[in-house]
Amino acid sequence: MFPVDAFHLARAQFAFTLVFHIVFPAFSIGLASYLAVLEGLWLRTGESAYLDLFRYWVKIFSVGFAMGVVSGLVMSYQFGTNWGAFSDRAGPVIGPLMGYEVLTAFFLEAGFLGVMLFGMQKVGRRLHFGATCMVAVGTLISAFWILSVNSWMQTPRGYTIAPDGRFLPADWARIIFNPSFFVRLPHMVLASYLSVAFVVGAVAAYHLLRERAVHGTAKNPAVRRMFSMAMWMAAFVAPAQVVMGDIHGLNTLHYQPAKIAAMEGDWTPQRDAPEILFGIPDMKDQVTRYKIELPHLGSLILTHSLDGEVPGLKQFPRAERPDSRVVFFSFRLMVAIGFAMMGVGAWSLFLRWRRSLFDNPWLMRAMVLMGPAGFVAVISGWITTEVGRQPYTVYGLMRTADSMSPIGLPGVATSLLAFITVYAVVYTAGIGFLLKLMSRPPMRGEPDPPADQPIRTAGITPGPAGAVAAQ
Amino acid sequence: MTEATVLPVIWAGLIAFAVLAYVVLDGFDLGVGILFGAERDYEERSVMINAIAPMWDGNETWLVLGGGGLFAVFPLAYSIIMPAMYPTIIGMLLALIFRGVAFEFRFRAETVHGRWWWDNAFFLGSTLAAFAQGLTLGGLLQGIKISGRVYAGGWWDWLNGFTLLCGLAVVAGYALLGACWLIWRTEGAVQRRARHAAEALSVVVLVFIGVVSLWTPFLNPVFWRRWFDYPGILLTAPVPVLVLLLTWGFWHGILHRHHATPFLCATGWFVLCFAGLGISIWPMIVPPSLTIWQAAAPPASQMFLLVGAVVLIPTILTYTGYSYWVFRGKVDTGTSYH
Repeated sequence: MFPVDAFHLARAQFAFTLVFHIVFPAFSIGLASYLAVLEGLWLRTGESAYLDLFRYWVKIFSVGFAMGVVSGLVMSYQFGTNWGAFSDRAGPVIGPLMGYEVLTAFFLEAGFLGVMLFGMQKVGRRLHFGATCMVAVGTLISAFWILSVNSWMQTPRGYTIAPDGRFLPADWARIIFNPSFFVRLPHMVLASYLSVAFVVGAVAAYHLLRERAVHGTAKNPAVRRMFSMAMWMAAFVAPAQVVMGDIHGLNTLHYQPAKIAAMEGDWTPQRDAPEILFGIPDMKDQVTRYKIELPHLGSLILTHSLDGEVPGLKQFPRAERPDSRVVFFSFRLMVAIGFAMMGVGAWSLFLRWRRSLFDNPWLMRAMVLMGPAGFVAVISGWITTEVGRQPYTVYGLMRTADSMSPIGLPGVATSLLAFITVYAVVYTAGIGFLLKLMSRPPMRGEPDPPADQPIRTAGITPGPAGAVAAQ
Repeated sequence: MTEATVLPVIWAGLIAFAVLAYVVLDGFDLGVGILFGAERDYEERSVMINAIAPMWDGNETWLVLGGGGLFAVFPLAYSIIMPAMYPTIIGMLLALIFRGVAFEFRFRAETVHGRWWWDNAFFLGSTLAAFAQGLTLGGLLQGIKISGRVYAGGWWDWLNGFTLLCGLAVVAGYALLGACWLIWRTEGAVQRRARHAAEALSVVVLVFIGVVSLWTPFLNPVFWRRWFDYPGILLTAPVPVLVLLLTWGFWHGILHRHHATPFLCATGWFVLCFAGLGISIWPMIVPPSLTIWQAAAPPASQMFLLVGAVVLIPTILTYTGYSYWVFRGKVDTGTSYH
């Protein structure tokens, strides 16, 4: 599909490491806030189910966080190793923003994470809760700066260009709060919250189903509580995210019309445009084949009016077009997942109103199935926005082809292979461990990270049946 | 004295501080990982891990601050050093990945085989990361070829006798820090073996310090002048004297069974070596020819981040200190990680 040269392999390497990385920050952002809520509710109500849930998820958080830290380290150095020219030219603008990310968020997380994971007996409840909140705030600040950097690359503002080609900062407020930042940040934070809500909901649903299979009903209070919490999130955050996504689309239409045309598979600009539900864009022949269209909807979605004009890729020279074959599908996948999440949320509201939220195995099965859906949506969303920014790193100003380090094909190929090998081992093991932790239900009196014994309790711990019997 | 003159000096100091903090802090936890290879017993290995488990993550963050600071304030240096040191940087990152996840995974492994695998990942990852850092240091010290604004050297410039020596020296130095940390934070058999290791390693490290110090001035005539001409000699002359004083302190601590003294003295060695390094390359950020002023981002970029750094670095230091205080004392089984 693409030629094998240093440039394309370096892009593949960035895409590969980004895809593996982004899942874990999304998980950490959502889970840190969830943990803060759980501990806060426990301190407020004294209900032990909240503490059990906190202790259950904090172990999972520590594994996910470690994987986020190490894969993030790779990202922060890769700008220099593979994209040196970009670092040199854009560094004066985006470097300090990334510096702030490190200073504020990373340290906040890493500093207080130790207290949060190990110190409940050592520092007392209130201070421990403070540490948990700081970790949650840290993940959000981290998102703030990284999305500011990414948004600036999409919609650069507040800079001047020096004679040697470097971007120089002229107005920091305009750099940080650039036009796409205000839609990108909430879109990503909501995506993180939704992703975690669906993981929590899927884990809860899995244990509800297992308990039902043995006992006919599901009584584990912690499991019921987390299922209910997750379904509230799905019911309210999923629609909010769909609205946010719509706002994001309008923003992109205004600032990056070529990206929108590629996402929609539209070739000629037109009024009263149909929405292409499915098709196969052909970059060479400049046409989208096998189209299935809904009339009027394209204009309605993008312009909120029936005869609004939507852009087409032919408006832009060939060398300026993002690859529609990628973003057309990644965008549709993301949107489909968003609507499915909203559907599940509405379903849960209906069941809750009927007072049968915990009695419908089909909702639970749907939730188990949709456990990873949030992450798939996050990845496809990032693919859409990053591939849609091509052929530029700094949109409209600096081409990706001019951004590379002087690294030859053997170097990039070797390091890409090394990354793939290492990630395959590490992430297979890591995700395996995460799934194993999740396969065990939270129990009453869920232990703190146990004292001197390692966590390898799967063979000893009573299963759901034992947990219920113990109540 | 204008902004453009002063700011890079301040930032060079801050980044040097971040790198030094990284070397000392992650140095001891990487060192514990290196010593891990010499320990066989599962329980004792667990004690070793628990002696560093609450801190390693925060320690590693200084590396991100060093790299992030370099990118933000000296983007030209960043965009030259990273491609020049490509294999050692990537090797270090991959090694750090392995060892980072091994912390979590070894306790969760269900089979003896699985645990063996992650224990080795922890040991090899720690060792390779230290070695790669030493290679990077050596490669930077010996000088990097630049043409225009990009790296102009070859693919293997980072590999030669000097860089290999630096790699081994850093492995030995970190192992020493790790052994001293274990003396401080553990008891019983682990502490006893750590003390033996520290005794042997201290000799090895002093030899490495000597050889690297003797070699360095020959790499670059500027280093030679810096070290032996007036006024540089005013700065360099006390360094060997202080190393000797610390050596006395170290052995005093070892022989009298002090707990913290060996670690503090070994840290002192690192600080002195780092100072010597600073004296050698100042004011270059990429020897032999790129100065901190040439590599610096415009004052507006430096100033913007400096405002945050002035507020946040003291805050970070305060709560890093607080975290260390919370986890002070000997590792006992009741308060450990897993």
